[in-house]
Amino acid sequence: MATDRGSVAHFERAILPHLDAAYNLARWLTRNDQDAQDVVQEAYLRALQFFDSFSGGSGRGWLLTIVRNTCYTWLRKNRMQSAAEPFDEEIHSGGAASGNPETAAIENADRRVLLAALGELPVEFREVLVLRELEGLSYQEIAAVAGIPQGTVMSRLARARRRLEQQLANELKKEPQGGL
Amino acid sequence: MVCKDAQELIHGYVDGELDRLGNLEVERHLEGCDLCSEVYRRALALHSRMQDPALKFKAPEGVRRGVESSVRKSERTGTGWWGWLSFAASVAALAGVIWIAAAILRPPGQELIAQEVVSSHVRSLMADHLTDIPTSDQHTVKPWFNGRLDFSPPVKDLTVEGFTLVGGRMDYLGQTPAAAVIYRRRQHVINLFVWPAGSERATAMKVESRRGYNLIHWTQSGLAFWAVSDLNSGELQEFARSVSR
Repeated sequence: MATDRGSVAHFERAILPHLDAAYNLARWLTRNDQDAQDVVQEAYLRALQFFDSFSGGSGRGWLLTIVRNTCYTWLRKNRMQSAAEPFDEEIHSGGAASGNPETAAIENADRRVLLAALGELPVEFREVLVLRELEGLSYQEIAAVAGIPQGTVMSRLARARRRLEQQLANELKKEPQGGL
Repeated sequence: MVCKDAQELIHGYVDGELDRLGNLEVERHLEGCDLCSEVYRRALALHSRMQDPALKFKAPEGVRRGVESSVRKSERTGTGWWGWLSFAASVAALAGVIWIAAAILRPPGQELIAQEVVSSHVRSLMADHLTDIPTSDQHTVKPWFNGRLDFSPPVKDLTVEGFTLVGGRMDYLGQTPAAAVIYRRRQHVINLFVWPAGSERATAMKVESRRGYNLIHWTQSGLAFWAVSDLNSGELQEFARSVSR
């Protein structure tokens, strides 16, 4: 645990600056402000406890791994993911690539539609998209945070983007006017 | 390159994660394939669309204050009963993390087993979990297993080799009941997990490490053997050779 002055100072330098990244991930995974705040608080407590095991390197990746695991504990506790329907890449990706009703959707979708579509994705897809597109993590860092092989990162991102395109098209159908 | 592969590699291409050869192969495929070019344009459009900083949530002031106050508190408290409490909490949290990792990642086959083996090993190190039957007598451990399992794990006395038998434990790796035979060298605990391999085919020893633990596994006489310990890899291999002899 980070208790002495030196390690606390180290913690403040290496881990504390990534609070926004931690909150962003937690907010996208829990989809709720209050829960994201609780998760981030708890994740930071865990990070303090585990700080001895931080071996240097990317403090952001290290922290995001803890945030992600704390989120999943929370999701499990709150039954946000139906236990009867485990995540399946193939099924949840919604089939192979085809023609292009989605091309227009990407271009026409405003920010609000994009936020809504991303929020609708299965959590495993949301997670890789947030880590890659919003936080700019490399495949190697995503693999470490999400606990998946590096090769899986690319295929999951491929499916996640495909699925997001379809979701954008669906959201646009819901509100044909779109636009802020 | 077939389209199915290309449509995955396109994303590595967009993300700048391919090597030079990979980039060339994707570019060559895109030149001759309209469908994949369309997939590429969409991936690129989506990628640039998502660079909008407004998609990111910023931590509210309340969280920032709460976290900063936790950090300050941790500096004041240090050890004492709080230290023990936090130790207990971190053990619980670690077990939680491992359990979650094992439960949600669902990796295939060996990787799953390796994770289960390490998790069981970590669990066994918690207070009073190491042995169901604590004894250094192989002739006590073996019959104890025979009454509880439908296979007979070998239990060897390896005192001469420098490994002390500590006892036996019933364990589960996923859904599979397994015998855990526990040995010790110096202060290092070794868990040897044994269960029916499902085939008579023997396999050579494979050495791995997971989360700081060393693992060796092999198949012999229709049984799967997984040894796990924080002992260094060289001595653990010595242990595995003694067991398999």
